[in-house]
Amino acid sequence: MSLRASATVRRGTLALDAALEVRAGEAIAVVGPNGAGKTTLLGVLAGLLAVDAGRVVLDDVVLDDPAADVFVPPERRPLGMVFQDQRLFPHLSAVDNVAFGLRCRGQDAETARRRAREWLGRLGLAAEAEALPGALSGGQAQRVALARALAPDPRLLLLDEPLSAVDVSARAGLRRELRRHLEQFAGVALVVTHDPLDAAALADRLVVLEAGRVVQSGALVDLAARPASRWVADLAGVNLLRGVADGSRVRLDGGGELFVPDAGSGAVLAVVHPRAVTLHRTRPDGTPRNVWRGQVDGVDPEGSRARVRVGGTPALVAEVTAAAVAELGLAPGVEVWVAVKATEIATYPG
Amino acid sequence: MTPRSRTPPARVPVAVVVLAGVGAALFVVPLLALLWRTPWALARQALFAPEALAALRVSLVCSLSATALSVLLGLPLAWVQARTEFPGRDLLRGVTMLPVVLPPVVGGVALLLAFGRRGIAGQWLEAWFGLRLPFTIPGAVLAETFVAMPFFVLTLEGGLRSADRDLEDAARTLGATPWVVFRRVTLPLVRPSLLAGAVLSWARALGEFGATITFAGNVPGRTQTMPLAVYAALESRPEAGIVLSVVLLGISLAVLVALRRRWLAVA
Repeated sequence: MSLRASATVRRGTLALDAALEVRAGEAIAVVGPNGAGKTTLLGVLAGLLAVDAGRVVLDDVVLDDPAADVFVPPERRPLGMVFQDQRLFPHLSAVDNVAFGLRCRGQDAETARRRAREWLGRLGLAAEAEALPGALSGGQAQRVALARALAPDPRLLLLDEPLSAVDVSARAGLRRELRRHLEQFAGVALVVTHDPLDAAALADRLVVLEAGRVVQSGALVDLAARPASRWVADLAGVNLLRGVADGSRVRLDGGGELFVPDAGSGAVLAVVHPRAVTLHRTRPDGTPRNVWRGQVDGVDPEGSRARVRVGGTPALVAEVTAAAVAELGLAPGVEVWVAVKATEIATYPG
Repeated sequence: MTPRSRTPPARVPVAVVVLAGVGAALFVVPLLALLWRTPWALARQALFAPEALAALRVSLVCSLSATALSVLLGLPLAWVQARTEFPGRDLLRGVTMLPVVLPPVVGGVALLLAFGRRGIAGQWLEAWFGLRLPFTIPGAVLAETFVAMPFFVLTLEGGLRSADRDLEDAARTLGATPWVVFRRVTLPLVRPSLLAGAVLSWARALGEFGATITFAGNVPGRTQTMPLAVYAALESRPEAGIVLSVVLLGISLAVLVALRRRWLAVA
């Protein structure tokens, strides 16, 4: 159970030439600058576009293969798609929008509407079931779109910038909800996003697309450690740590804990800028609340600065001056103390 | 006290105002004359005369049938023109458009040559199905459809072009076959154009004169429609012709009111 795709598509000035492999139950984020081919890639997987060369295989079923003259149209792919602009049918109520896919997959009207209501209830929209899309807020509309995509129980879930049309106040809540649904989702999920926070919160793995090609793939921490391009460095330049908050203490999923000003409670993402991480040869005194021992994994000079990868719990990337590298003798294998002030850590509900 | 808001006085050339006034008078004066000279006392009598009632019936039957036929055939035609690419599509669009600019009497002559008893298609229709079109009600329906359908096709084609294709893509990702997409997404989206196109083609069919009289004749009680009855009445009983004209004017005004949002409202 998995998705294997290699796609060569020429659309105007864009030449997409990307290969991708995703296991069932895995959620990956497709990130990259504007015009990199992210949406084109989703279109290929959905069957709204055909590959010029390559092959798309889902759960051992060939969906697109020009060499074998195979093309399965979107309506026959086990698919759920959430669009950036939602694309709810304006003439149908929320519940009928969600029931649409169930009806198309052969359920009778009554069953389809009942299950659609269940899905709306699950997403906290029971009261809006009869509303037309025009009467919904951006966040509500995006929830309906998510319910509509999930209701027919797809094997392949494609989300195109699912949070970008949602206003900031509703975003954190929706992101958390989306994460919950993705964790429960048994099939293959792909999320296109330009926001590293969304990528880290929603996906197990990132695939970076630039100018139609996959330039890098891996967990955000791997990308941050060895960015393959300037864009990746900017994207993954910050340390993103996932954990569970309890007031001012965040227990990190990967081990270790951080003190922060206040993170409330529940799952959070902690963002630590590399410039906020200080390295010391001896245990530092003073105010930093977060101090732990680590070991230098690597040093990547960037002009007068250097990015230092430090292993430990947690592992982090620190940005220090080239002078500090020389002064502290930072080199792979060297033991250091890592310090971060609690006030330098931002947390987001994740 | 807040000063009254002022706008600079509009400066319009006098010649433009005069010509615009003449232009408007060209529409207004004849319509006023029609209402002014209507023998209202005789209206009931003229309207309920057997010939008038027969003409009204023939007109309604023919124009509504022509509208139904225009929707039935024009919908697929508009869809093909708006949504598919094939060589000769522009030519097809031109041919569809032609009856709008063609003198209706020429259309009538062409219909006679095609579907008349000795027409290139008509002789087979009669030989195989015993179907005779000229000077019959179906013939009048055909003539009116010929003239009216382009209005439906053009209106709907515009609607189909501006309909949101992204919504159709969304429907396909939900498992909708092309037919389901058309029925449950496209059709509801173009409903306003569909209604406007149907009303417009109905109005055109109702007023049809040239093609109908050429192809279907002017047989009172059989193929004589309202416009033909008006013309015939003016020779013998002018007051009846005027009353029937006012009826047609009333219908046209009703159509205009029904569609005012579409054409008269400025965004």
